[in-house]
Amino acid sequence: MRLRELIINLYRKSATSIPSDIEDALSTAFNKEKGISKKAIKIILENINSSRVKQKPICQDTGVPIFFVKNQHCLSQAYIEKEIISATKIATKAIPLRPNAVDIISGINSGDNTGNGFPIIYFEETKSKELIIDLILKGAGSENVSQLYKLPDEKLNAERNFEGVERCILDSIFKAQGKGCPPYIIAVGIGATKDQVTKLSKEQLKRRLDDTNKDPLLNNMENRILEKINTLGIGPLGLGGKTTAFSVKIGLNHRHPASYFVDVSIACWAHRRASLICRFKDEEKVEISSFKIIN
Amino acid sequence: MSKIEKAKIINLPLSKEDVLNLHTGDFVLINGVIVTGRDKIHEYLFKKTKEEIKLKYDLKGSIIYHCGPIVKKSKEGYSVISAGPTTSMRMEMYEHALISRYGIRGIMGKGGMGEKTHKSMIEYGCVYLNTIGGAATYLAERVDKVLDVWMLEEFGMVEAMWILKVKDFPSIVTMDTYGNNLHKKIKNTSSKTLKRLFKHIHQNI
Repeated sequence: MRLRELIINLYRKSATSIPSDIEDALSTAFNKEKGISKKAIKIILENINSSRVKQKPICQDTGVPIFFVKNQHCLSQAYIEKEIISATKIATKAIPLRPNAVDIISGINSGDNTGNGFPIIYFEETKSKELIIDLILKGAGSENVSQLYKLPDEKLNAERNFEGVERCILDSIFKAQGKGCPPYIIAVGIGATKDQVTKLSKEQLKRRLDDTNKDPLLNNMENRILEKINTLGIGPLGLGGKTTAFSVKIGLNHRHPASYFVDVSIACWAHRRASLICRFKDEEKVEISSFKIIN
Repeated sequence: MSKIEKAKIINLPLSKEDVLNLHTGDFVLINGVIVTGRDKIHEYLFKKTKEEIKLKYDLKGSIIYHCGPIVKKSKEGYSVISAGPTTSMRMEMYEHALISRYGIRGIMGKGGMGEKTHKSMIEYGCVYLNTIGGAATYLAERVDKVLDVWMLEEFGMVEAMWILKVKDFPSIVTMDTYGNNLHKKIKNTSSKTLKRLFKHIHQNI
């Protein structure tokens, strides 16, 4: 099987089903919530089931595709990129995905989800014998409520410490309210430059809800902030209730003495992430011997 | 629970009296013809006069749905694959004028809208309907038929105005003609909680 076909299947898996950890969390939320919020979650759960059975997109906004590729040193980056672009065009028609790539000057939608920097592809070389391609279909509703902070922030009384970071995260969810389709999955990146922290926060979006931070200090912080967010009362879809977020995940990089950037990336409940893991038969890395697609 | 079990059935087009019977917190099932319209449609309808444009469907008494659907074309015509709501707040600049100019009785989307829109809703008789964000397959299943499409060539599939016949399309009234606004209420409550959290933040770090 050609890599391109596997990436099309990766798109299908990602667009039409949501990971089991998130579905479980939604079921838990259903039991916790009352009234219209409960009714909304019931419809969400029925939608997940219907989308999976009919193989149709969970949400009409099939988002910006963000690929994280971990490739072996002998595998050509240009080849993988070509396969991703080609798969994107086919998947857009076949699944179908909503065409979301709009030219900024002409305002014209390319119609196939490809364009300048679209889809987004990050490469990283590994020593592993497997090629791993993670895909997130990032919805715009939740992306639009994401925030980038620069500490210190006088308005929030946020200094350059973890208390300041906590203020930023709480502020971002307060500002988001129900606009980005909660319950949210919240991912934070802290570091030296704007571009670096926004990528770092997106990487945290790949973590499963039950994934614990290796650093006990950060792990505590993630749990503590999540608990506080869920006291805000925003609730499912902003209709009020106990479940405003499912998780908070934090990633750190070193910072510059003069800079302290905090990026808060927010994902909607329909957090579509999936991974393709494959091995190649031969040294030339053309024939694929085995693969799996999970989410 | 009793309130949600007793869903209110809405049959379109709506009269002003119908709208006055809708209250924040009502769970409704919509039946009849609605139209989609998001960023481009709103800007266009706002900037052009009523005489300058030729709508394919009279919006009087109808619902405008903030949605950019996935629509498939086949020999039998168009069918809606996926049709959840988009964030309504982006239309805030334009909506108030559309309500007064076209007699729209329902604005449907997600996340609620601002003061300008709510003022227009109260004045002309219109409600905000918050439908289920992300439930795109479920909602598409409640679209019976695509009746027509307007501005498809100019704006493309996502931004065009789709004229849809819906059946038992679920939604929740979150802003009504009596000045009640669930989004505002929740924002105010969460603002108080946030202030309290900020005040005591140093105690547990």
